[in-house]
Amino acid sequence: MRRRQHGHDGTHEHAHPEISESERLGYFEIMETAVRELLIEKRLIGADEIRRQIEVLDSRTPALGAKVVARAWADPDFRARLLANGRSACEELGISFYDDTSLIVLENTEKVHNLIVCTLCSCYPRPVLGLPPDWYKLKPYRARAVSEPRSVLAEFGTVIPDEVEVRVSDSTAMVRYLVLPRRPEGTEDYSEQQLAALVTRDTMIGVALAAIGTGRTGL
Amino acid sequence: MHDSSREAPDGQVGIVLAWGEVPVFRPGDPVRILTRYPVGHYRVPIYLRGKRGMVEAVVEPAGIDNEEEGYGRNAGIKLHYYRIAIPMTEIWSDYQGSHRGGLRVEVCETWLERI
Repeated sequence: MRRRQHGHDGTHEHAHPEISESERLGYFEIMETAVRELLIEKRLIGADEIRRQIEVLDSRTPALGAKVVARAWADPDFRARLLANGRSACEELGISFYDDTSLIVLENTEKVHNLIVCTLCSCYPRPVLGLPPDWYKLKPYRARAVSEPRSVLAEFGTVIPDEVEVRVSDSTAMVRYLVLPRRPEGTEDYSEQQLAALVTRDTMIGVALAAIGTGRTGL
Repeated sequence: MHDSSREAPDGQVGIVLAWGEVPVFRPGDPVRILTRYPVGHYRVPIYLRGKRGMVEAVVEPAGIDNEEEGYGRNAGIKLHYYRIAIPMTEIWSDYQGSHRGGLRVEVCETWLERI
């Protein structure tokens, strides 16, 4: 029978391209390397500190945010604390704010749909969601999210009825935002883990709605 | 811009508060974001300058002055930031679609004037 997948036994039918950096580095990539090497050479920071910070960032993923949202859906007292002070409520769950930002949690309701953007750069609730997706950092999203948010949402497949207010929060300095999506109907009997599986990164940015059957599978 | 007539908190009669110690604006205050173009680092998007809005909330706690911090000069200076609510139709005269649209942005006290 013909193999449908490559085996790793040396029977590849065609060669993979070599994995290498063949593109010329851009201006800012060169500047970053130069500044980093200079800081290390002058002993202002160590290479291990840079690696450690990358580990800090790698440890932050949308799964943390999903846990926060699921807890808020399941526990009304936690939800109230989360809406009053996003940061301290997340800290209850062991999520630290290594960048010393504040967090405002924006609750979606039947009357208001929230969307987050940073028009100036790429401010993002990294302590709870990790690194932002590339489209979040690019100018088309940043410009259009504040000028034609309903069209942007529709392109993500999210159609918000006219009678619902679309409220865009532009993070610009020290506050970060996290959207608390609406809990899907039919999830009354779900456990917190099952609820968390419904919460994707995009629902916490506000470009998608949490729904049964669109999140991650099985837990 | 500072409101020297603000009363001291209850039970602290006679206490004189330093400039900037308490927020100048309160939730519900109508404000305008200033139109100015300083050289340097600033965090007020151009598209919002000169726009009118309303103070929705005072952001707590007060934050460092990021315009100074951009140059490593924060020296512990804290400023009050506000969550400002602005209707989309105030920002974009040709805003398309439902008028139920609004923007929220945090703006530091030094960039706001009372209207």
